[in-house]
Amino acid sequence: MTVFTTMDELKRNRIMDLLQEGKRIDGRALDEYRSITIDTGVVPKANGSARVRLGDSEVICGIKIQPDRPFSDVGEKGIFICTAELLPLSHPTVETGPPNESVIELARVVDRGIRESHMIDLTQLVIKKDESVVGVFADNVVLDYDGNLFDACSYAATSAILTAQMPRWEYGDNGPELQEGLEPLPTTTLPVSVTMAKIGSHIIADPNSDEWDCMDARITITTNSEGNICALQKGGKGGFTVDELATCGEIAINSSNKIRDILQAVVPK
Amino acid sequence: MGGRDTDMVLLDENGIRCDGRKVDEPRRITIKAGVLKNANGSAYIEFGDNKILAGVYGPRDVHPKHMSNADTGILRCRYHMVPFSVSERKNPAPSRREIEISKVIREALEPAVMLERFPRTAVDVYMEILQADGGTRCAALDAAAVALADAGIPMRDMVSACAAGKVADTVILDVNNEEDQAGQADMPIAYMPNLNQITLLQLDGIMSLEEYNKCIEIGIKGCKIVYELQKKALAEKYFPEEQS
Repeated sequence: MTVFTTMDELKRNRIMDLLQEGKRIDGRALDEYRSITIDTGVVPKANGSARVRLGDSEVICGIKIQPDRPFSDVGEKGIFICTAELLPLSHPTVETGPPNESVIELARVVDRGIRESHMIDLTQLVIKKDESVVGVFADNVVLDYDGNLFDACSYAATSAILTAQMPRWEYGDNGPELQEGLEPLPTTTLPVSVTMAKIGSHIIADPNSDEWDCMDARITITTNSEGNICALQKGGKGGFTVDELATCGEIAINSSNKIRDILQAVVPK
Repeated sequence: MGGRDTDMVLLDENGIRCDGRKVDEPRRITIKAGVLKNANGSAYIEFGDNKILAGVYGPRDVHPKHMSNADTGILRCRYHMVPFSVSERKNPAPSRREIEISKVIREALEPAVMLERFPRTAVDVYMEILQADGGTRCAALDAAAVALADAGIPMRDMVSACAAGKVADTVILDVNNEEDQAGQADMPIAYMPNLNQITLLQLDGIMSLEEYNKCIEIGIKGCKIVYELQKKALAEKYFPEEQS
């Protein structure tokens, strides 16, 4: 998604010049997020769903919940798997076919942030130990691209998890049997992913696609409701100094509180 | 973090870890440069029980041609685990995990390699994990950086990597396989020791902001230990008479 043309070079210069004055190309403050809008329940056939717009980046996450065999070494825990895919209609450079390494990284970083926070209490998703557990699949599809898909997908997945309705199963003679009634997924915390880009010596939060194309390096830090860091990923061709990383940690914790309130607001009172 | 229940004592009352190390002590590390005949550069590393071979080819013609860049050379990295490197046979096809690790290793090496001197060419780095025991991405990166230097490719700095982590609420250096499975956090770090830049950083596991800063600090300490061993490996190959 980085196609360098003369135009991009000019844009990079413009972005750099503005940053020298502490400004950004779309007028935001350095640590300011674009607007986040969340609609939940947009795909009723899914057990939970959310459409998230982060600026002009747009993602739908659908949750499917179904009985599954547990992983052989963790028979006392349910399964959580989060994926992400760029649909070909989301950007002119996206091609059909197997995912490239950037998309694989995207999916794995979003999954890791939610998994490592232990947002879903997987110990409560056991139908019969070592035999049958509940599997929760959160599949993100990117509809439109304007940078920072890490956060957009993470917010879509967590909003969908918060609003999902889980069926109930009892283990019978023929394996898991569907019962009456629905209940929310058991959650313990709300992870918030905060992605920052380094351009020159400047750190900016929530880079848009222009900023994304000309950044030197990026970092995604996921924090939980308790204000602790639970996952992190550095990317891009450049490096960070120790001081810059300390700054990024603080921005991540500070920004996450406001975003967590927005995400929490999707839960019906 | 596997988060698996275990009876193993990860850190005893004297601050000694399950494999007898102190909290800030790395595993035994040995590096040898120039171990392959055909590769332009190569290195073999033993990092605790990890055994990893790295080979470098290039700068050379790019195939497929459309990948080449008229402005700069390109770096291509493949991190690969051989099927017998872990307890249960691993499918030899590249997994999603290996594709991600290949990408983060490439991005950790790119700032150091002067690719702009070799437009339209590729430098290929192959890392084969022969035996894995936790912390393979860091060890593979250490070997790859030595192999790049051994290939005579101009570099701005060495890249040295080591993981930090957290077990029993204590920040530790160089997480081994048991600590990765049963511990609380694992943070691989790669560092350019002279330019003072961190070029790879990942984390899984929960820690406070204070512990995060401490992890980076102790991890860099580990990288500096590795850096000395990387220099030693290269000196042993190129200045053998000066080594006593």
